[in-house]
Parts: sequence; structure tokens; C-alpha cells
Amino acid sequence: MADVEPRPLRIVRQPLPHDSAEQHVSGRALYADDLPESPRLLHLAFGKSSVAHGRIVAMDLAPVRAAPGVVAVFSAEDIPGKNDVSPVMGDDWLFADGEVVCVGQSLFVVAATSAEAARRAALLAKVEYEALPAHITIEEARAAGSIIEEAQRMARGDAAAALAAAPHRLQGRLEIGGQDHFYLEAQIALATPREAGAVHVLSSTQHPSEVQHLVAKVLGLADADVTVEVRRMGGAFGGKETQAALFAAAAALVAAKTGRPAKIRADRDDDMVMTGKRHDFDISYDVGFDGAGCITGIALDLASRCGSTADLSMAINDRAMFHSDNCYYLDAVEILSHRFKTHTVSNTAFRGFGGPQGMIAIERVMDHVAAALGKDPLEVRRANFYGPGRDITPYHMAVEDNVAPQLIDELAASSDYAARRAAIAEFNAGSSHLKRGIALTPVKFGISFTTTFLNQAGALVHVYADGSIHLNHGGTEMGQGLFIKVAQVVADVFGVGIERIRVSATVTDKVPNTSATAASSGADMNGMAAFNAASVIRDRLAAFIAQRNGCRADEVLFAGGQVHAGDETIDFATLCRMAYLGRISLSSTGYYATPKIGYDRASHRGRPFYYFAYGAAVSEVAIDTLTGEHRVLRVDILHDVGRSLNPAIDLGQVEGGFIQGMGWLTTEELVFAADGRLLTHAPSTYKIPTAGDRPPVMNIQLWQGGRNAEETIHRSKAVGEPPFMLAISVFSALTHAVAATAPGKGLPRLDAPATPERVLAAIADLRGRA
Amino acid sequence: MGDSIRFLLDGEVQTLRDVDPTATVLDLLRYRLGRTGTKEGCAEGDCGACTVLLGELDGDRVAWRAVNACILFVPMLDGRALMTVESLSRGGTLHPVQRAMVEKHGSQCGFCTPGIIMSLYARTVGAAGTAVPAKDLLAGNLCRCTGYGPILAVAEEAEVAPSEEDAIVSALRSLDRDRPLELSWRDPLADSDRRWFAPRTSDELAQILLDHPDARIVAGATDVGLWVTKQHRVLPDIIWLGDVADLKIIEEEEGHVRLGANVRYSEAHAALTRLHPDLGELIRRIGAVQVRNSGTIGGNIANGSPIGDTPPALIALGATLTLRRGAERRQIPLEDYFIAYGKQDRVPGEFVESVTVPRPAPGTLIRIVKLSKRFDSDISAVCGAFALTIEAGRIVSARIAFGGMAGTPARAHNAEAALAGQPWSETTIEAAAAALAQDYTPLTDVRGSADYRLTAAANLLRRLWIEQQAPESLLALEPIHG
Repeated sequence: MADVEPRPLRIVRQPLPHDSAEQHVSGRALYADDLPESPRLLHLAFGKSSVAHGRIVAMDLAPVRAAPGVVAVFSAEDIPGKNDVSPVMGDDWLFADGEVVCVGQSLFVVAATSAEAARRAALLAKVEYEALPAHITIEEARAAGSIIEEAQRMARGDAAAALAAAPHRLQGRLEIGGQDHFYLEAQIALATPREAGAVHVLSSTQHPSEVQHLVAKVLGLADADVTVEVRRMGGAFGGKETQAALFAAAAALVAAKTGRPAKIRADRDDDMVMTGKRHDFDISYDVGFDGAGCITGIALDLASRCGSTADLSMAINDRAMFHSDNCYYLDAVEILSHRFKTHTVSNTAFRGFGGPQGMIAIERVMDHVAAALGKDPLEVRRANFYGPGRDITPYHMAVEDNVAPQLIDELAASSDYAARRAAIAEFNAGSSHLKRGIALTPVKFGISFTTTFLNQAGALVHVYADGSIHLNHGGTEMGQGLFIKVAQVVADVFGVGIERIRVSATVTDKVPNTSATAASSGADMNGMAAFNAASVIRDRLAAFIAQRNGCRADEVLFAGGQVHAGDETIDFATLCRMAYLGRISLSSTGYYATPKIGYDRASHRGRPFYYFAYGAAVSEVAIDTLTGEHRVLRVDILHDVGRSLNPAIDLGQVEGGFIQGMGWLTTEELVFAADGRLLTHAPSTYKIPTAGDRPPVMNIQLWQGGRNAEETIHRSKAVGEPPFMLAISVFSALTHAVAATAPGKGLPRLDAPATPERVLAAIADLRGRA
Repeated sequence: MGDSIRFLLDGEVQTLRDVDPTATVLDLLRYRLGRTGTKEGCAEGDCGACTVLLGELDGDRVAWRAVNACILFVPMLDGRALMTVESLSRGGTLHPVQRAMVEKHGSQCGFCTPGIIMSLYARTVGAAGTAVPAKDLLAGNLCRCTGYGPILAVAEEAEVAPSEEDAIVSALRSLDRDRPLELSWRDPLADSDRRWFAPRTSDELAQILLDHPDARIVAGATDVGLWVTKQHRVLPDIIWLGDVADLKIIEEEEGHVRLGANVRYSEAHAALTRLHPDLGELIRRIGAVQVRNSGTIGGNIANGSPIGDTPPALIALGATLTLRRGAERRQIPLEDYFIAYGKQDRVPGEFVESVTVPRPAPGTLIRIVKLSKRFDSDISAVCGAFALTIEAGRIVSARIAFGGMAGTPARAHNAEAALAGQPWSETTIEAAAAALAQDYTPLTDVRGSADYRLTAAANLLRRLWIEQQAPESLLALEPIHG
């Protein structure tokens, strides 16, 4: 692999705006629903299951077909290929066939001349179900033994023996709610028939290749017959990794069947009811520790609600296990992970991918141990950090790049943590109805897909004879700034300004066999693939001009839009024209596969991650003990992005991730009725943070000491997911504040999301203890 | 009768005929006029991705207001000026707020951005309800990517610079609006005719309603809009109040404030704040700027929501409602209007004309508290309103009303009885708090459990006492060493 460090970097590390920023602010950025509509366009709507689990006894679609504006109605029997839109296990159906397994499951699709006609018609179906037993909650699934796969066990040392021998020991439990992605652009796909049975699908997806493969499977076509394109998404956060396929397949089916373009645009409520969410977890722990709070043995039990199908639940729950050490060395550890199958919408990828749930488990343990010993939780956290001789994770990977202790020391100092904690204790002693809390929590997040083969990426770079550069890669743009980062990398390869790079839509016919833009890996992998593609062309240009000027190719310098070769300096564009006339290929693919990684899932041992990203946050909160209302008053964040490719983009990810994590743990509450209906299916009832929820004081810094120990693109680190978990500091601070309502009674049982109601209940529970 | 909708889009007259009266402005923009910058995020007025500016003639100027296009019916554009995100950079040059959003990295996925730009722009032209802190300005614009920091920074720097309006004023005046708008449209999906009436006076309104007692009265459409976009309901004939000028009155007298049914939240805010600051704060927490710029106090009362943003407070303050049918008027205490869940004291042909709120006597202890999962732009789990007269250490009178505790906003008669005539003491408060359990049997729903509602309601009563002893304000908290 090329060492990418020594080249002069002029564009990389600059805080350039998002490549589409001017289009965003002027309303000219085109999303899938913004393209001019063909007069022949069909608008689609799904018919959906109204029961959580049942057998379809009868489905009368005649009233749907007879409704005004309806052109066609399709259900399972109309699928020419396989009725499968699942990523892994073959258990997600385009349309239910005989049995329904959750409310909102698609039964059929209506194609009509307007979206309103389709939506109204879809409500007219007469469906009779024979009800079957439904398991909605984790408890119900646990009682019924309903699982996605066997419980997984990850262990090192003898946890049971260590627990038995521990000087101190305690048990606890924590329930963590799920989270809706609430990307502002709901799921959408537009399929257009092409000649000879081929189909083009414009999809709002993080995973164009998978959508391509699934559309081909549903239509009984070869992958090469299907082209999937995505220019940009209006947010995704993991929710468009597997969930886009259902919509794309429905549109493609209608296009294939009718020969007309077909668009399906989910209404917000349908989107929330029909698509998966972050897994909710029920966590219990049994921990042994010494007088310093150092954990000597621990058993963690992680149970999650996976929903009705497998989706990515195996890998997501694996990642929960991978992150239930966080920054802490666990000497004797057993992590048991239960993956429960419920009759609710199938839960899916969401920023952090199970990591947040695992991490919050161990952070709760830290708070609990500290409360039991009467210590500052930061002291207990420090006592458990990874360090020399204490550097093996529960999955037997050595932690070689541990910067957490240093980073946390810097943050504790810059945030004035110790003095503020003391001042808060004083405030709480004098305040009867308002209580404050403060917490510092760290993040160590493993970077790589834990399914090793996914860690590959491709890119395609064309240099035109006028010196303009067309950049394409397998990564998708969902707002995270991937395209500008990769463009910056390519600009520096050629020593040209960013304006010369034209970033183009992600299309499966340009770069094939791509992985999802997920696992925070977008810039790491596509940046390197694009670097490799561009370097091939640059090397050709260098060889060409070196031969002409009689100098060495490795002495040719590309900088400032010019090329210096021997005694000559010429414009980059001039060289491109010369090379074209000289019959030099100015196009290249590039490829990258992450090195060093490998993991044996059967034994849960290996190196699933190339490296770790680190960060830490201090949050200060206040609660009203009469109503449970609370505020986050101040947040200090220090986050490690290695050496940043674009510090403005990275800061945006840190802040946005934090606020999203804060929403998960405070206001965002998913409520399912006992019969499995989601009751919070729109922003009127599901509350993501508003501008007013942003803490009034937020001090966010990228860690200046950051440099990736591994040879990533320009020594940067992934940033998409890790900052999300900085928000655990808010939850710990709230727990601290609740604890202050009844000093000496230990740690409150506060569950997430910490709505005013849950805070009030935790206070009552704590005060009620003996 | 005017049978075509005429409005200005970037100063150009647009004329629409044969329009579904309940088609939304968002769909009109996106799918008929090709203006796709305005986005649909939720189609229920909660996310702000569809924010546009509406301008109305106000004397010799244009009064602009930011509204959600997703729940705005197309006929509501009649006689008005519309601006969308495309209006701001028509020459290709970005407006200063657009430039600032680029430079401060205020967009990530960009989908909420056009709506945010319109909210920011609204402030620069001094639009209704935008002279508020940046976080309030943006409370109705959800962003899932940024965490809001860069956007708030832009908002804080945005300067008010009144735009050149003369051309729009004269264009608005030149719109032919001699006659009230009346539309009739054949709905091909429902195979029925639907009409839209836009009377100009309450007398006209009264007559139309007598003639069409089954028609649905619509004011801001912040609720009725959702019947269309969410429930796909086919509405009956509609009588829209937006052009009824004499229902827009705000009468501030020494003894009372009277609000016509057509007064929007944002228009009522100042007068109600003067009546009591808590009432102003309650109004500020209804929806966000866009919703307050559309929804009306009259609509909020008339639709009979069990939670009702304003009724609990207005009931506690002793408000009365004026109902009118034809030429007949009657006045009732506001609490009597709410008979049961989904049932109000309003006969066919009758409409809410105004609400009169007595000005509290000096020294009255008034507190209005709204509890919700999210502080801004959320519906109450519980809303409590208290008006106590305390003289010489004794509670002379007490009026208490809650929203979210029953099928309607309702008074707490038992708690009131436990307070009235008793000493102003913790013991009395505890007795009243206990009595709340006789007043209400709240439900458990997505906004809160019955237990939480009852506990929190009792605690709000206790807080009345606590605040008098040792004032602590959660909202005024600053971080320690912040």
C-alpha cells in the first residue's frame, strides 16, 4: 500500500464547506423526489398489515383495483423472481405471503396516477387474518424462547470464579429504548424501465450494490441488468442501509410489470411504521471489584429486541458485545448476548450499530461501582482503563493505540471537571427541589465492518483532456461530507484546486460490488480507493512528462495546479492535453481492502477492528425533582479524529452525533401498544431534539494530539459513529443528579430514554429504598 | 364570487382555477410549479422543511410570516404573496443568510436546509414572531444532522434589513379581490363536489354557516390540515376564516382582553403576555413560529382537544366564550363549552366568535405550567393553570384547570374546594394535592402515564407553595462556572 503521508497536502486538512452546500441553501440540491416527473409516472403506496402476527385468511384487493386513479395492484404472487428483500438471511419479504409478522408489513403495492389516489386506494383492501400469538416485548419473546439466532457468548478468563472471589460485588439492570432514525427525507425510490428488460433505480440508499442485487433477485434478472443510482440522501444514519431495498424493489417491480416509471415516496408515518429502528436493550450485570473500584470480574447479559426478521441483528448485537468493554480492561469477563425475535418491525442499523447499547452498559456499571464505594465515577473509570499489561479485549484483540487516558486527562482539565463536581455537590446540598449532576464518559469505538469481507472499496477517476477531474467511488453521500473529503484527497494527488474535481452520483455501473456506506468507514475506504485510482493516473502523467523532459518520474511535482518536471513548469491542464495527444490513459479504477483484520465469529476471537477512535465528553445537567424535567447546561467534548481530512466536516459530525445521542437518551421515546402498533409514528409524538435542546454551552474540540497509529488515509480516523456515544455523559449526569435526591441510597435505577416521567419515577424509586 | 385563486409568487401574479380546495401549497409548489426546493419532511407541520413566507397587505406595508406549506391549503394563498427558497437567489447570488449557512457549515444532508433558510430569512425581513431568541426562531425547524450549533450561529448574526416592498405592495393591491373567494371543485377520487367559502365579514360568515351548517370551519388549518395529509379524509365544504377581518380584533381593556376567533397565536402573544407573563410563555411554547403564525386561539378552543394548549389557562383565568348563530349571540364560561371528549356546546350553524379573558386582580397568584417530553414544540402531557387570591394568609378564592388530565380541559373543583377559605400553608396545599385524585382519572398514552400525570399535577400544586418560600427557576439555571 502506498504511504500517503509525505506528499504536500494543501487541500486535505482544510475546513472546506460541504460540496453541495450552495445547492443545499438555495434549494437546488436535487433529491430523488425533486426530478421532473414523467407524465407516465406511476405513484405507489403499500398496503400494510394491521396485525402483529397472523395468517392471511383472505385478501380482497378488488376494491383497491376499482378505486379511482388505480392502474395496477401487485402482491406476492406477481413477483417474477424471489420474494426476498433481506440483506443476509432471506427472511424479509417484499410482500407478505400467507403470514404477517409485524404491523406495517407490506402486503401489496398500489400503482396509481397520483400519490393521493394510491394512498387512498391502499386503505380499501379487505384483509382477514387468523390471529397468531404475538410477542411484542423482550420479556414476551424471552418467555416464549423466540430468537433470531442462538445466544452468543464472548469471554476471557473465568468470570464466575472472579465474581465469587471479588472483595465487592453488585448486580444491576438497565433498560434502553430504541430510536427512530428520523432522517428528514423519508424512504423513496424511482424506477425506470430500460430496454431489453433492464431497469434503472434511483434510490435513497446507503447501499446501492445491495439494492441492485435485491432488485435483480426480485425481478429474476442478472445483477448487470439493474443499475442503482444515488446522488445524495436527505439523511440516513443507518436507516437506509438495508431498509431502502423494500421501496426500491416495489418501484422496480411496478416498472417492470407496467413498462412505466414508478415512484414510491413513503409518507412520514408509513416510514416510521414500516422501517426498522435502533434495537432496544434490556441489560443486566453482575460485577466484582476491589476497594479502588477496579473490576476483577464481570458478567454482562445483553438482550435485544430484533423485531420480526434477522436483518443485520447478528452483527449489531455482536457490536454491542464488542463495545461493552469501552475503554476498560475486563480481566475476567463473560458477555452473553440474546437476540430476541419479536412481532415488531425488524430493527436495523443505526449510527453506532449496537455499540452504544454495549457501551452504556459498562458506563452504568462504572457509575454503580462508584456509587457503591462513594467515589467519583471518574476515579473508578480511570482505575479500569486499558494500559500496559492490561490491553487485551474480551475478544482477545490487543489494544495498541490507546489514547483514552491522555485525552481524558486533557478534557478533565479543560472542562474544570473536579472543581465543578465539587461545586455541584455544594449546590445540591443547598437546593431542595433542583439537583444537578455531572459526568465524564469516554468512547473507544472499533473501526471496520466486523464482517471482514465488507472491508473493501472501489473508486473510478477520469481526468479529461481539459484537466477537469471526474471522481466516483462506491461511497454514498448522506450529508456526512464524504464526497468533499474524498475530493480533497484526490485534489492533493494531482496538486490541483478543489474546484477542478467534479463529484458524481454513486452508480452501480461505475463502481461495482461495493459495501454499504456504513460502519463509519466511508472516508477511510473510499478515500484510500480514490487515492489509489488517482495515483495511478498521476504516475502515468509523471512518467509521460518525465520521459519527455528527461527527468525522473519520482521527481515530478504536482502542486498548485501546476506540474514541475525537470526545468519545466506547465499547467496541469496543459499536461493533460499533452498526455491525451500522447495516447496516455487518463482513467483508472482504484481499490482498497483494509489490512490486518480478521475475526472468527464462532469463538468470538480475533482482530475485528483496524483501529479505534476515541473521545470523551463532560456533561452537566439539572433536574426538577417535582416534574422530572431536565436541562443539559454545559457540554465539553474532546474527540480524536486522528489527523483530520476536513476539520469543519469532522466537527459537524461530532456535534451532530452528540445531539442525536442525547435525543436517544432523553426525549426520543418509541411507544408500542400491547398489540404491536407503533403509537409514536410522526414528529407530533416522536420528539427528536430541537434547536432549544442544544446545550447553551458546548465546547467542542478535535483532539490536537490525534494521529492514527495505522496507515489510514492521511492518518485520519473515522468520525461518523463514535461521537454519538459521547452523549452517554448526559445520561450518567442525569443519573448523578437523580442520585443527589436521596444521598446515601446508592445509584438510582434510571432507564432510557430519561423522559421527565422516567426521571420522576427514578427519584421516587430511590427515595423509597430502605 | 371570485372563482379563481390569485396570488403573487416572487411578484408575479399566479392564477389558479379548478383547484382541489384542500390541496396543499407544498404539493402545488413541488408537483405543479416545479419549485422542489421546499421539502416534505412530515406533512404535519412539525418539522419545518416546507417553511415558506406568506405576505399580506397591512396598511402600506407587507406583513410577512413564516408558515408550513405542508398543511396550508392552496386557497389560503388568495390575495397574498408567497416566497420560497428559490425566491432568495433568483439572480444566482446567494442571500447573506444563505452565504452564512455555507460558510458556517450549517448544512449537512441539506434536506431541512431550505426550510431553515426561510426561517432565517423571515427574521431578516422582520416577519411575524421572529424577534425572538435564535433557538425559538428555529424551534420549528428540525435538523437531524448538525446538532444546530452552526445554524444558531447564523441566526444570531442575521441582520434585519427590511426588503424593498413597494412593488409587492402595489402588486398585492392590484390583485382583483373585490369579491370573496368561492370555489367549487369536483373531486374525481371521491366523485363529489366540494366548496370553499372565504367570507370577508363575520356577518357573511354567520349567513354562510346558516346556509351550510355541515360545512367545516377552518382557521389556520394546523389541525384540519392533518385530516387531509395524514388521515386522507375527504373534507366537506369549507368555510375559511382567514379573510374575516372583524374576527381579527384584539381588544385590550382595563378589565379584560378580548380576542376574535381569527387571531393567530403570534398576534395574540403580546396582549396575552401583558395580561400575564406565564400566559405569554404558554403561547410561546405552542408549536413553533410557523404554527403560531397559522393557528388561532379560536381554532384552538373550538376544535375541543382534550389537551388544548390554551383552554386550561384561559379557564383558570375565568375566560368566557362568545358564540354566534346568525344574529344571535350567547356567552358561556369557557369550561362549559367542553362537554365531553369530542363533544362541545356548539349547535349547528353556530361559531366561536371571540373569547374574553378577564384581567386578573392585582395580587392574584397565577401560575401556568406545561409539562412535555420535549420542552419546545411539543404537546403537553400535563398543563396546569392556577389562579389564587390570597389575602392575609388565607386563600380567598382558587381557580384551577388542567389539560391532559381528562377527556377535556377541566377545572379541579375538589382541589379548589380544598384551598378556598383555608390558610395559605403547606398543609392546605397537601390537602388540595390529594383532592386532585378525586378531580381527575387521567389516561395513559404516548405523552405520559396516568401515574405520572397525577403525580406531576399534584407536584405543580406543591410548587406553587415552594416557589413562594424559596424561588428556584429551572430555566434560569446557568452551568456552574459556566
